[in-house]
Amino acid sequence: MATLSLRDVRKSFAATQVLHGIELEVADGELVVIVGASGCGKSTLLRIVAGLETATSGQVVINNRDVTELEPADRDIAMVFQNYALYPHMSVFGNMAYGLKIRGMDKAEIERRVKAAAEILGIGPLLERKPKQLSGGQRQRVAMGRAIVREPALFLFDEPLSNLDAKLRVQMRAEIRRLQRRLGVTSLFVTHDQVEAMTLGDRLVVMNAGRAAQVAPPMEIFERPADTYVAGFIGSPAMNFIPAVLEDGGASAKLEDGSSIRFADGPRPGPAGRRLTLGLRPEHVEPTNGDGSIPLTVELIEPLGSETVVHGRAAGGMPIVTRLQGAFSGQSLSVHLSPKHLHVFDAETGRRLDS
Amino acid sequence: MQKKVIFKGKLLPLALLAPQLAVTFIFFFWPAGQAIYQSLLREDAFGFSREFVGLENFHEVLTDPSWVNAALNSLVFSGFVAGLALGLALFLAVQADKSIRGATAYRSLLIWPYAVAPAVAAVLWLFLFQPNVGMLGRWLNAMGIAWDYRLNGGQAMTLVIIAAAWKQLAYNFIFFLAGLQSIPASVLEAAAIDGARPARRFWTIIFPLLSPTTFFLLVVNLTYAFFDTFGIIHSLTNGGPAKATETLIYKVYVDGVQNLNLGSSSAQSVILMILVIGLTAIQFRAVEKKVHY
Repeated sequence: MATLSLRDVRKSFAATQVLHGIELEVADGELVVIVGASGCGKSTLLRIVAGLETATSGQVVINNRDVTELEPADRDIAMVFQNYALYPHMSVFGNMAYGLKIRGMDKAEIERRVKAAAEILGIGPLLERKPKQLSGGQRQRVAMGRAIVREPALFLFDEPLSNLDAKLRVQMRAEIRRLQRRLGVTSLFVTHDQVEAMTLGDRLVVMNAGRAAQVAPPMEIFERPADTYVAGFIGSPAMNFIPAVLEDGGASAKLEDGSSIRFADGPRPGPAGRRLTLGLRPEHVEPTNGDGSIPLTVELIEPLGSETVVHGRAAGGMPIVTRLQGAFSGQSLSVHLSPKHLHVFDAETGRRLDS
Repeated sequence: MQKKVIFKGKLLPLALLAPQLAVTFIFFFWPAGQAIYQSLLREDAFGFSREFVGLENFHEVLTDPSWVNAALNSLVFSGFVAGLALGLALFLAVQADKSIRGATAYRSLLIWPYAVAPAVAAVLWLFLFQPNVGMLGRWLNAMGIAWDYRLNGGQAMTLVIIAAAWKQLAYNFIFFLAGLQSIPASVLEAAAIDGARPARRFWTIIFPLLSPTTFFLLVVNLTYAFFDTFGIIHSLTNGGPAKATETLIYKVYVDGVQNLNLGSSSAQSVILMILVIGLTAIQFRAVEKKVHY
């Protein structure tokens, strides 16, 4: 139905630049999630696509049509807002029909479309109610319905789940995914929640300080993060970062305590002594009693039921978090850093170093 | 979270209420009672004799052509004042709401007229529209329009309407601006994405969402035009020419203070009192019910 291209989109508010040249190609029917901490520019980017903000420079192209200069109304998009932004004085039916009425569609067709959308979303019995008589989840559905009936080229979601309670959020997340697949509408979804991003997106755009740090499918982002920001942002609990230097012709890294880890997947480029940041996810810090293990003093134990997160500290004062199966208790723990799962980053730039 | 303070005994709460009750009694109930009492009496102009005449004063007032004339004047006057003051204030508030930059300066300038005393406001408009010395008055005459509000009743009415509306504009503006700013931006953005152009957004989203404010202001403006415009009319036209701008409240003054017909004047006051009670009741009902959306 539609594709979306962002070409070198930049945005400044007075002297502050918030977007530094975003490039993105979204394929037809794809759901791309823009994820990042608050203030990273993700909402601004979405609003530029919607036409609610004007880009300082760059182009927004929907379906090979340059819409950069067009009003929101002329872009053939629909948007779901964080606070739902329902029209408080209109019934649910009125809310969903509003956009269609403006387009001058005839009454029978409006009614057919609204009924069909209400059916899909399970809000059929609520059509006569006013927004204030609805629960959070129902309002969310009405907001979705208002977007669906328009049959737009592009769906935009601006953190639509963050006002819902935890249980409903998980439920609506799955529902949005199902709906988007079923309708096959190209979608852009903004969130700060990495779990939401991982579970919803065909691809993720991880944003950091106005730049796209990485654009890739969720598992690739998880398995091969492009830099230390992405590595630390995606995954919970966050990845351990361990300072080290390159040695042995690039074949291994020397930690601060003098021990060495040999890279499992081949040598990294650069001179000996190049400063590195090694990344290892907590689940890959394995408890062991064997040789070369690192003794940890346990500082905090977080039981999660089927697993336990243990915050420990190594001899040099370096914090290491590990995730263990089952329960754990005790004052100390010896762990082994699994070379197989090691991520290697340049300490200066934070960029990933591949073999 | 409401905290209720409970007093022991009755003396302290009564003492705390007393000043307010005294003010209400002295400045409202007493004069109101006097007016009702007076309206049932007939008194000669020199105050030598009075007799009880029942509702005869009311009958006389309601069948008096000059009272009917004043009532019609009041309707025309208050209708136009409320319409003009509300319409212009809404327009200006929408403009102020659009341009947040410089809005504070714009806002405070617009609020000033409210601080101007009615007589001063009247004099300002006099300076503009006086046919011999007023800037606009002279200009109108130079343009070939025979402008003299001292001779032409329609022109006199126009002038008092403009002056009274101008005075009320600021008050309406403040309320409209506050109302506009309480509409969430995202609702208007949603409407924009839904395809509504600015004019359509105004009539289908903004205006309905402002309706509680508009209704409140309508009642306030009608009350203002009916009861608080004596000063403006008195300074500008004295109710003339030929009673063309004599409203009900002005007639109360003319009959009571100038003609010393206390019975009739009191009866007219009582009628006005019933009117204002009616308006206030409507407003309270509406506010309680929150009828709007």
